[in-house]
Amino acid sequence: MHNATIKSLAADLAARKFSSVELTRHFLSRIRVLNLKYNCFITVDDAASLKLAQAADDLRAAGRAGPLTGIPIAQKDIFCAKGWLTTCGSKMLSNFISPYDAHVVEQLNGAGAVNIGKTNMDEFAMGSSSETSYYGPVRNPWNADTVPGGSSGGSAAAVAARLAPGAIGTDTGGSIRQPAALSGVCGLKPTYGVVSRYGMIAFASSLDQGGPMARTAEDLALMMNVMAGFDARDSTSLERAREDYAREIGKAVKGLKIGLPKEFFAEGAEAGVSAAVEAAIAAYRKLGCETVEVSLPNMKLAVPVYYVLAPAEASSNLARYDGVRYGHRAPDHADLTDMYKRTRAQGFGQEVKRRILIGTYVLSHGYYDAYYIQAQKVRRLVARDFAEAFRRCDVIMGPTSPTTAFRLGEKIGDPVKMYLNDIYTIPANLAGLPGMSIPCGFDGKGLPVGLQIVGNTFAEAKMLGIAHQYQLATDWHLRIPPECEA
Amino acid sequence: MKWETVIGLETHAQLSTTSKMFSGAATAFGAAPNRQACAVDIALPGVLPVANREAVEKAVRFGLAVGATINRRSIFARKNYFYPDLPKGYQISQYEEPICRGGEVRLLLKNGAERRVRLTRIHMEEDAGKLIHGEELGDPRHSYVDFNRAGVPLLEIVTEPDLKSPEEAEAFLRKLRTLVRYLGICDGNMQEGSLRCDANISLRPAGSEKLGAKVEIKNINSFRNLRRALEYEEVRQRGALDAGRAIEQETRLWNDAQGATLAMRSKEYAHDYRYFPDPDLVPLAVGREWLEKVRAQLPELPDAKRERFQRAYGLPAYDAEVLTEERALADYYEEAVSAAGKGRAKQVSNWVMGEVLRLLNERKLGIEACPVTPGRLAQLIGLIEDGTISGTIAKTVFEKTAQSGMDPAAIVDAEGLRQITDTGALDAAIAKVLAAHPKEAEAYKGGRKQLLGFFTGQVMKATQGKANPQALQAALKEKLGG
Repeated sequence: MHNATIKSLAADLAARKFSSVELTRHFLSRIRVLNLKYNCFITVDDAASLKLAQAADDLRAAGRAGPLTGIPIAQKDIFCAKGWLTTCGSKMLSNFISPYDAHVVEQLNGAGAVNIGKTNMDEFAMGSSSETSYYGPVRNPWNADTVPGGSSGGSAAAVAARLAPGAIGTDTGGSIRQPAALSGVCGLKPTYGVVSRYGMIAFASSLDQGGPMARTAEDLALMMNVMAGFDARDSTSLERAREDYAREIGKAVKGLKIGLPKEFFAEGAEAGVSAAVEAAIAAYRKLGCETVEVSLPNMKLAVPVYYVLAPAEASSNLARYDGVRYGHRAPDHADLTDMYKRTRAQGFGQEVKRRILIGTYVLSHGYYDAYYIQAQKVRRLVARDFAEAFRRCDVIMGPTSPTTAFRLGEKIGDPVKMYLNDIYTIPANLAGLPGMSIPCGFDGKGLPVGLQIVGNTFAEAKMLGIAHQYQLATDWHLRIPPECEA
Repeated sequence: MKWETVIGLETHAQLSTTSKMFSGAATAFGAAPNRQACAVDIALPGVLPVANREAVEKAVRFGLAVGATINRRSIFARKNYFYPDLPKGYQISQYEEPICRGGEVRLLLKNGAERRVRLTRIHMEEDAGKLIHGEELGDPRHSYVDFNRAGVPLLEIVTEPDLKSPEEAEAFLRKLRTLVRYLGICDGNMQEGSLRCDANISLRPAGSEKLGAKVEIKNINSFRNLRRALEYEEVRQRGALDAGRAIEQETRLWNDAQGATLAMRSKEYAHDYRYFPDPDLVPLAVGREWLEKVRAQLPELPDAKRERFQRAYGLPAYDAEVLTEERALADYYEEAVSAAGKGRAKQVSNWVMGEVLRLLNERKLGIEACPVTPGRLAQLIGLIEDGTISGTIAKTVFEKTAQSGMDPAAIVDAEGLRQITDTGALDAAIAKVLAAHPKEAEAYKGGRKQLLGFFTGQVMKATQGKANPQALQAALKEKLGG
């Protein structure tokens, strides 16, 4: 059951081969065993999940089941879920039971999906390794000594370890795509504004976007059909007609023009990564695609620009965690200022503090123009680069991450090295474009490599169709981490 | 040296919307603590702001009313600072690109001159919550926060330093209140904090162009205190300057009990609010069509109404100013005039500004709740004009109308208050009075003509004031024989 895709599980549920309660029990029992090893979940609540499963079975009995009804979906602990502990990977929210559902959670609940647990993540989504979590690091199912990527590392590892057929994550600078690549699963970051941010705990508001993680492009499409949609409570949510994200599944890719940004293929990526990505592109050529070299000349500025803008927004977004209304409050304090200081010193980890300091600095009087305003200008240049590139191609492809999974502790002491892991993913966030990662092979160490596909605004359905064709021709996405097979 | 006072005001008007600036929670005043604070207002993790269309419309109405430029695109910005009453750790405001720029408010000064006060900018922002210190609850070790006010929409109106005296500053604030009430965008209640004002004041040598060091005064909660605080500050600064001391640029708090402005206890370090555009909110776009719709719905504004009252009703500037201070009062006046006839416009004005305002003041009522309707007031004035009752009796009838809600004519009939013009009836009353006061009658005839007043009073008393004064005078003179 646990190796099946969402699509096939949905078919089996529809055929009454098993119930959602049985399916949910199966995954819960796997989680009980494997979570000890991989630490994918912060919260697992068997009773709550089974209640949702029963409700899904009832929905089906009533003849109102949809494609996700009864399917266990893991939720990154950044999404507020009513009645569930929602920590965002932080000590600061270690006691926060959300009184409300995020829009995405509402949508999933409405479709009858089963919340199978809240997944571990880098604290406040700040990190590329899932090591900054207050709840301990997540381990990569392909090699437990390595990281699963981050910040949605718990979701990625849960899907890879067959602890859930699908999971939801968020992507601010690559936090869906990079862990998807490092953990050997599929992940999609939609166009900014397609998935509501309401109830998704903010890291950097202008970059954050929720999206699905699963084992096939087709499953991502099924999840997108439920997750996407206008939400009046998010002013940046886009009001547009509903679309079927699976509509291009099965469409041939012959004649498709794939843009290969030379900056993605210059120095930087590990040999194992480059080899797998080039092989994937060769496979697309074989399917009848054309490739064309394009350029994103401002890409080298993307990481520095991101590390001005994201911390700037974060420094303000995280100001609400002050110990006054909810969350952690330092037990002993002399006065108000002392309470603030101790609460935030205790409640936040190193990486979060680092980014709050950077963000506070770049917004400060006298530095604002030189950093923040300048970064906004460059951000527009990056977006223009993409617009220019898309005049010459249908989609862009390249590596998702310059490396495969690295060892725990290897980069945690060197933030710049860690930040450079997102060099290929950050540009799509800056431009608000959809990006995805699909498995495309393994390096010499047996660790998975991700192929990144970036599309123009609202090109999700097309990208999913393109990825699906590749998955028809290859079987990388079906590989199972050896230790998770049984 | 002769000093010149320079004042600028920053006024916060609470927009009277049903829901908050960025959330759906209610805004009514006086609810139990934290009953009007939703997830957005208390800044739970993950919540997002959505701008309130009604608040934007009200801001635009104000901008249009003062002739400001309405920015077709404005930006909400975050003002970052920590305080327990500020749930997000930042206030959503507008900074570099406010909704309106410029505009002016015209003041009619006591000496009849007009002062044009230029506005620098008008922007929207959200209010903070309120701290309740434990002392008030018998719990001195703790402080509590009430977030009902958090997120209530405010309009900040900033003037250029165009005001030249505390008196002008007060007049400006009153005019602002008149305006926001006309526009129906704010109830203007200073006690409840719907209208709040900080004042900047500096002195400079008379005739100088350069501004002196300014002092900001906060914690002003009434028109009177605005004036008192500025007067105090004017004297304080003049004293310092005359003594050769420099004025320190600072923020001072008005202390009502001491009648003084006091330097803030902690010399708070200059705040760096780290303003930046709020990424949760898209730029606010004002469409041309919508703007024209809002413009078309603007009511007649106080200045225009005042001028029209002077023109159409022949009223003196002062009357027109008083009658147009409140839209409802002006409406009352016009209704009364239309019932009484335009020829009696001045009489109606005298009655409204006199008896009507006195009655409202006495009973602490708004004009909407005036117990004497415009129609009845007009009828009362009609009774005076056609000689049915005297002006003096009319005040009694007015009072009785207010008490009973009956028509003045009915009261006059029921209580027999009709004026006595009939000479026969007057003659009888005069004869009685003269008979009762033979000595005085003799004295009058002997030349003490001032006794006429005495006799008038006596006859009036005898007739319960119903004697027609002109007829009475004539009859008395005749009877007393010159």
